[in-house]
Amino acid sequence: MSLVFYAIAGLTVAGGLAAMLLKNTVHCALALTVAFAGIALLFLELDAQFAGFAQILVYIGAVAVLVVFAILLTRGSETPKGGVFSRNWLTGLAIAAGVFAVLGWAVLGSARALPGPGGTPTAAPTVTVLQIGNALMGRYVLPLEIVALLLTAALIGAVIVAMHEKEGAK
Amino acid sequence: MLGEGILKGLAETARNFAGSFVSAERLTTVQYPEQRIAPIEATRDFPFLVYDGADWEAGMRCVACQICEKECPPQCIYIEKSKDKKPDFVGKPQFYPARFDIDISVCMSCQICVEVCPFEAIKMDTEFELSTEDRFGGLLFDRKELAKPNEHYHKIHPTEAAEVDARLAEEKAKADAKAKAAAEAAAAKAAAPAKTAAVGDAAAKPAEGASRA
Amino acid sequence: MIETADQIFVLLKQWVVGLLPAGLQPVAGVLLSVVAIIAVFPTLFALAVWVERKALGRMQNRIGPNRVGPLGILQPVADGIKSLTKEDIVPLSADAAVHFLAPVVLVVAVFMGFAVLPMGRNMELVDMDAGLLFFFAMGASTELSVFMAGWSSRNKYSLLGAMRAVAQMISYEVVLLLSSAAVVMITGSLSLVKIVEAQNHYTWGLPHWYIFTPWGCAGFVMYAIAATAETNRSPFDLPEGESELVAGYHTEYSGFKFALFFLGEYLAMFSISGLGTTLFLGGWSAPFSFLGWVPSWIWFFAKVMLSIVVFIWMRGTLPRLRQDQLMNFAWKFVLPLTMLNLLVAGLWRFLGDGWERWVVCSAILVLAFAVMGREGMRREHFGPRRYRYAE
Repeated sequence: MSLVFYAIAGLTVAGGLAAMLLKNTVHCALALTVAFAGIALLFLELDAQFAGFAQILVYIGAVAVLVVFAILLTRGSETPKGGVFSRNWLTGLAIAAGVFAVLGWAVLGSARALPGPGGTPTAAPTVTVLQIGNALMGRYVLPLEIVALLLTAALIGAVIVAMHEKEGAK
Repeated sequence: MLGEGILKGLAETARNFAGSFVSAERLTTVQYPEQRIAPIEATRDFPFLVYDGADWEAGMRCVACQICEKECPPQCIYIEKSKDKKPDFVGKPQFYPARFDIDISVCMSCQICVEVCPFEAIKMDTEFELSTEDRFGGLLFDRKELAKPNEHYHKIHPTEAAEVDARLAEEKAKADAKAKAAAEAAAAKAAAPAKTAAVGDAAAKPAEGASRA
Repeated sequence: MIETADQIFVLLKQWVVGLLPAGLQPVAGVLLSVVAIIAVFPTLFALAVWVERKALGRMQNRIGPNRVGPLGILQPVADGIKSLTKEDIVPLSADAAVHFLAPVVLVVAVFMGFAVLPMGRNMELVDMDAGLLFFFAMGASTELSVFMAGWSSRNKYSLLGAMRAVAQMISYEVVLLLSSAAVVMITGSLSLVKIVEAQNHYTWGLPHWYIFTPWGCAGFVMYAIAATAETNRSPFDLPEGESELVAGYHTEYSGFKFALFFLGEYLAMFSISGLGTTLFLGGWSAPFSFLGWVPSWIWFFAKVMLSIVVFIWMRGTLPRLRQDQLMNFAWKFVLPLTMLNLLVAGLWRFLGDGWERWVVCSAILVLAFAVMGREGMRREHFGPRRYRYAE
């Protein structure tokens, strides 16, 4: 298990690093896709089929494609002449550290909530898609609807932005 | 309703599909090397040189005036004028092409050479199976390869060739008449002093006979 | 006997695997299935290319290929040899690594999709609980390879083709997913094996395929439209429209890499036809109960080939859409109808078993189709455009 895990983790981290360090923006986007794929593989390795495939479908199929689309439609894909590091990298570092801390805190908190203390992992429960669906539509319906509302708001906002531009052109 | 047109179109293609098996008239193509469609009369692809009579070198209509060479848009014609002259179909001595090359790979089949030729010497051929393995020499035709008899011209473009022949015959008749008139005038001129001298009669008659021939 | 014919490939696999030592057996079983998929579908690809060229020829009152072998049946072989022996050209300014990876990613992603298709009774590589999701995840990855091909070629036609392809695939993927979601709603499972089993019942000798229900029929039509767009087939072949973009995103590919793109396109056709067959046409189940003795895999492949023939027929009939028509059609006509179809599928579920649900569901769908079609045509969203010339 650990060997596969380290291979996938290495791939993911390499993809993430490449996404930051490569000069060509499109290459960065493609490297980011590799990182996404690595995360999906991690999910699959943990027997979380639904999360893994949803990761591929949403992140590779939609987010990565939208990223490259945005790159091509705005700035073009030419390689920048200077360095790729931002001047206010310190701020970026602070934000990244903050996000990492929050995620780490959440993960550690959930580990404490799990039954079976003392590092003995309990047998992983097999979760079917049916159960996930029931949970989403039952217990977690409020978060789901809030996310749906957020996405709808974003969609309407995008449409309004596009419409406004068209009217201005006239 | 939306989609009706699609159904109509699908029915049409289905009819074509089935029909092409049933009736051979529907097929718009022929199986080329075995079957051929006779070319229509206006077909043209590359130029050739017309000659009269049996000998291509003697009967060549081209007088190496080089108009076609100058007019050719892609400049695929190369002509070298001869040093000596030979009589043309009217009998007038003319230059002839010592070299006449057309690079078929450059020619664009525009027919401008044919339009500008005052001697009806260059015409468009219908021969199209000219592929060769030799990329440079194989498509560079010299005057021997370009020369084709007037009968060939009649075969590929009958109407046009008949017109050309009629025009040439008229020209020749006119030239003959002119020559005859000139000869008669010469004879009359010769006869006038002959009356006074009454000796040149025997000399004038063979001259008239020669010009008529 | 009938049972043996039905399960012949399964039994064959078990027999071959049984010859090997016990430790190797699970790996060998998977490998054998993969080899079978990799062997069968490219063969079908060759056959489909020949059928396509012949049928297109006949639809245009031509004969089609008839020189290589009897009736030109060896034409795909000749094409294959030609593309294998051709020079593999990589443009000087191309991004060599991405240029190389694009066709590989495409073919791998497309092949992955076959893993979850049940091609006969007990004939699926993996019976995944989230099989449908897996299929769409793999299908979504092909978009990226198309983009990689178009961008890495450094050619404006390639890039334009890739942009068109990606825009089109994103738009129609929504439709594809939503039209399949109706089936998932009714079956209550994402597993393709379960979906086929749910359709494998007969009443009066007629099957319970989803296409024979109002929502299923509408869903199938929309699925077919989205599938045609997703595989870049005519009339949605704008990404490779040869009259505008030379060949679209694979303009700069030659030799074997071009062959891979060609193969990928046809394999995507097969896999998406296979999924459509599974979702709406009852997968491997026989069309009448008295035909149950015919092996199940024959039915699956017959249905897939029938779908391919319809693809070809469409290609021979319809002219290419314009970009704005394409987008308007996806977002303003098909997508609202698919969403309505989801509602109708829910209604179907809760209206009970009577005849009322047939009437109500059909009426809603037909009415919506007629009204939206008329409105769309009137507003020139996807109908012919009236041009006003200078007078």
